[in-house]
Amino acid sequence: MRELTFLEAIREAQEQEMARDPRVFILGEDVSFNVYGSTGGLAERFGLERVRDTPISEAGFTGVAIGAALVGMRPIVDFTIASFMYLAMDQLVSMAAKTAYMYGGQAHVPAVFRAALFYNGGLAAQHSDRNYAMFMQVPGLRIAVPSTPHDAKGLLKTAVRDDDPVLMFEDGALWGSRGEVPQDDYLIPFGQAAVRREGSDLTVVAIGSRVREALTAADTLAREGISLEVIDPRTLVPLDCPTILASVAKTGRALVVDVGHKSCGVASEILATIAEDGFWSLRAPLRRLTAPDMQIPFSPALEKGFYPDAAQIVDAARRLLQE
Amino acid sequence: MSTPDPATQLEMYRRMLRIRRFDETVKTLFGRGRIPGSVHLSIGQEAEVVGACMALRTDDTMVGNHRSHGHPIGKGAALGPLLAEILGKATGVNGGKGGSMHLADFSVGSLGESSIVGSGLPVAVGAALGAKMQGSDRVCLCFFGDGASNEGYFHEALNMASAWQVPVVFLCENNGYGVTTAFSSISRVPDVAARAAAYGIPGQIVDGQDALAVHAAVAQAVQGARDGAGPSLIEAKTYRYPHHSEGPLYDAIAYRDASELAAWQARDPLPLFARHLEDTGIADTATLTSIEHAITAEVAAALEFAEQSPWPDPAEAHRGLYRTPIAGFDHA
Ligand SMILES: Cc1ncc(C[n+]2csc(CCOP(=O)(O)OP(=O)(O)O)c2C)c(N)n1
Repeated sequence: MRELTFLEAIREAQEQEMARDPRVFILGEDVSFNVYGSTGGLAERFGLERVRDTPISEAGFTGVAIGAALVGMRPIVDFTIASFMYLAMDQLVSMAAKTAYMYGGQAHVPAVFRAALFYNGGLAAQHSDRNYAMFMQVPGLRIAVPSTPHDAKGLLKTAVRDDDPVLMFEDGALWGSRGEVPQDDYLIPFGQAAVRREGSDLTVVAIGSRVREALTAADTLAREGISLEVIDPRTLVPLDCPTILASVAKTGRALVVDVGHKSCGVASEILATIAEDGFWSLRAPLRRLTAPDMQIPFSPALEKGFYPDAAQIVDAARRLLQE
Repeated sequence: MSTPDPATQLEMYRRMLRIRRFDETVKTLFGRGRIPGSVHLSIGQEAEVVGACMALRTDDTMVGNHRSHGHPIGKGAALGPLLAEILGKATGVNGGKGGSMHLADFSVGSLGESSIVGSGLPVAVGAALGAKMQGSDRVCLCFFGDGASNEGYFHEALNMASAWQVPVVFLCENNGYGVTTAFSSISRVPDVAARAAAYGIPGQIVDGQDALAVHAAVAQAVQGARDGAGPSLIEAKTYRYPHHSEGPLYDAIAYRDASELAAWQARDPLPLFARHLEDTGIADTATLTSIEHAITAEVAAALEFAEQSPWPDPAEAHRGLYRTPIAGFDHA
């Protein structure tokens, strides 16, 4: 089958959704010239009305997307870098997430907010946020973090058709990665984790690009006779707890791997769920591998080692199996 | 200045009176501890609210703010469900989930009030942009205060609306204060309307106590927006008689003096408009009295409806977070 990069898959999802539904349009900085690589050719095909360059006004254009969604449009907002979502925090939290509830169901906000995560690239503290966990604290949003080009396309298409606001975080470490992506229209439902590899000794739940690291670790450990089961939740809200719990029931051990921060993070949430509902199947302590609770330093010499990689997963797995 | 026909003018008077009596009732209820949260009244500002709203069609949209009851009433919303919402009842416009500061009645184009100061401005731009992209000629009217004009939102919204020639009318309700802070004390520019120039859009000041003046200005702006001329900013100079919100807090703070309030009350928009209706022969005293009775009865009926309405089922608190529910977050 044909292979696409992660970015090309996102581009294709947007193009197909725009062609399918005239209500879909893209808003963002520098989108018409495809500066960030996910809108190539879209302005030429759909025009500048629907591939709309915005001023550098994150709060403003987020609000614009919400208002347009309120009257029946289906905007896709491109924040480019996830760190810029802080400027629009109020609109995302006070308006996108709360409107359907607060107005008693009179309206809903079918908008998609795309944000890329560019850690590990010397962009330093203000451009390296991996902040999806913050938004898990905000009821009313859906949150997707795809790990393959195939899923990026399918999840984004689902997001566009969803009647509720969706945040899609695109892990920059995956942008250039290639994978099989069917040309046709397909949707990946939210709340269905993918079991990327079946195994019996330890459940590794990995987020975004960490799925790849977990699979590499699983290959290494397989040679030692250790069998990892690798689960990719794909969406954090809704989170597919049944699949995770079923895996832990089988393996008795769980490790969560995430490039986000440790405190109150994705890993904390998943492990808390396992502790609550899967406690009696546990044979070892629960573990999380995350970025430290630090801001991201500039120098590669300093940033190195911030994000859990395959080697750390291998270590953690070995230790867990000895406990 | 095009003057609305007599029937429209009578309806303007009715809506102004509706807001006044409604807010007086809310004030009383709040004083009796019957209303949860806080309430911000529009008493004194009825002319700008109604003058602006009545320059719209029902299918035009409107976005309001925390000073919230007047906007949907001005847009034509029924009183019962508004008051029920303010009391937290199941029959409220939002089923008791929004309350005073977040009234919304989508059936009359009221897209909701946001209590985060300034946050409605970009949403209004989006509603107008959506209408434009849909090929409709609907216009969005956006109410905001002088205080909100100092938020970044104001600048981002005006710039985008202007850059994209979006059919939105920004209506600044300049009542002179944001809570206790006089606009003149935190802006070197005395008029919000002057800021329109920075965005290349028309900005004008109107007498906010004169419903017809506001109506004329907004009607012209709405027509322009409908015809593709883009956004505009209208600043209505007005005043709220009550303090920022109800409760004893503000009574104790001397941030404005009695003579200022008295000067504005001398130009109370309701008697001003009543006199105009009489002077022009649109209504005689008997007609005005019968309108007065009708509105009093309407508000009483709304109160009866709201008071008799049931409380929401507590389970309702766990519903409606998503249009398509997510297990664990909400229950369908
Ligand atoms: C972002 C934000 N900051 C502060 C407040 C608190 N607050 C509520 S109303 C208000 C004053 C708003 O003044 P203005 O916009 O002039 O409207 P007015 O109350 O005069 O009608 C303030 C400061 C808020 N609700 N939201």
